[in-house]
Amino acid sequence: MMPTIVDDLACKEFVELVTEYLEGGMPAPARARVDLHLAGCPFCTIYLEQMRQTIALLGHLPQSEVNPRALDALLDAFRGR
Amino acid sequence: MEPARLHGDDDLFKRALEDRDERAFVELVHQYQDPLIRLALVYCGTRAVAEEVVQDTWLGALRGIERFEGRSSFKTWLFRILVNRARTHAAREARTIPFSSLETAAGSEPSVRADRFLGADHPDWPEHWSVPPRSWGSPESELLSKETLDIVLRAIAALVPAQREVITLRDVDGWDSGEVCNVLGITETNQRVLLHRARAKVRAALERHFDPDLE
Repeated sequence: MMPTIVDDLACKEFVELVTEYLEGGMPAPARARVDLHLAGCPFCTIYLEQMRQTIALLGHLPQSEVNPRALDALLDAFRGR
Repeated sequence: MEPARLHGDDDLFKRALEDRDERAFVELVHQYQDPLIRLALVYCGTRAVAEEVVQDTWLGALRGIERFEGRSSFKTWLFRILVNRARTHAAREARTIPFSSLETAAGSEPSVRADRFLGADHPDWPEHWSVPPRSWGSPESELLSKETLDIVLRAIAALVPAQREVITLRDVDGWDSGEVCNVLGITETNQRVLLHRARAKVRAALERHFDPDLE
């Protein structure tokens, strides 16, 4: 008989594991434990989704242009080498 | 002798220096200026000072080119020069606490306030959500307003430097963890803990914005 699989992960613990989970370096049993919890916990699923959205927003911060005066000074230095 | 492994940027760098290819050099500056300034801002109080430190970094790289032996990537080498200069600058200005004493270990700082969870003694759902997060309800594209990005920027600026360094390189600039550890001189575990704390704080700031009723 297969052993009964029980979700023994508390939400409070899940939120501290989320980065390790997203980084992909978790050993398979630990990952399976998180997956099992997520399958039954809509709130932690939302938390995970929010974390993904947070990371996506961090990757979309505006870029600024190179200051032309700084570039000119660097080019002078480059040419003078 | 083994040929140095060339990354795309290393190739540009080689062209810039060996062939004195000015366009290759300008391309490098365009590619790295913004990430360099962002990282310098972790240590420098103002954008003007950060730009100065970055300028100094490029000049240092041009002068010290003989010391670049292709053992690390050009990017890692360049950013290590920046980190050294910027930390020295910060220490001189005493703007920040010494980096050696910065919190890097897994501390007691929770990702989510403890009162959002039921107590450990709850008969049915110990340490499960009592005030759960609610979906922000929009696809990513709708979240991308200037207002939202300002919140992200402010949340990053409020982080302690060690956390800010890591989240800036990892999530804002999109580096992988190995590169970040290499440039900052930290272990994989430290890197992950710092990234975890930093992301949790940015998420919490976004939640306060999207769902203020939860506070």
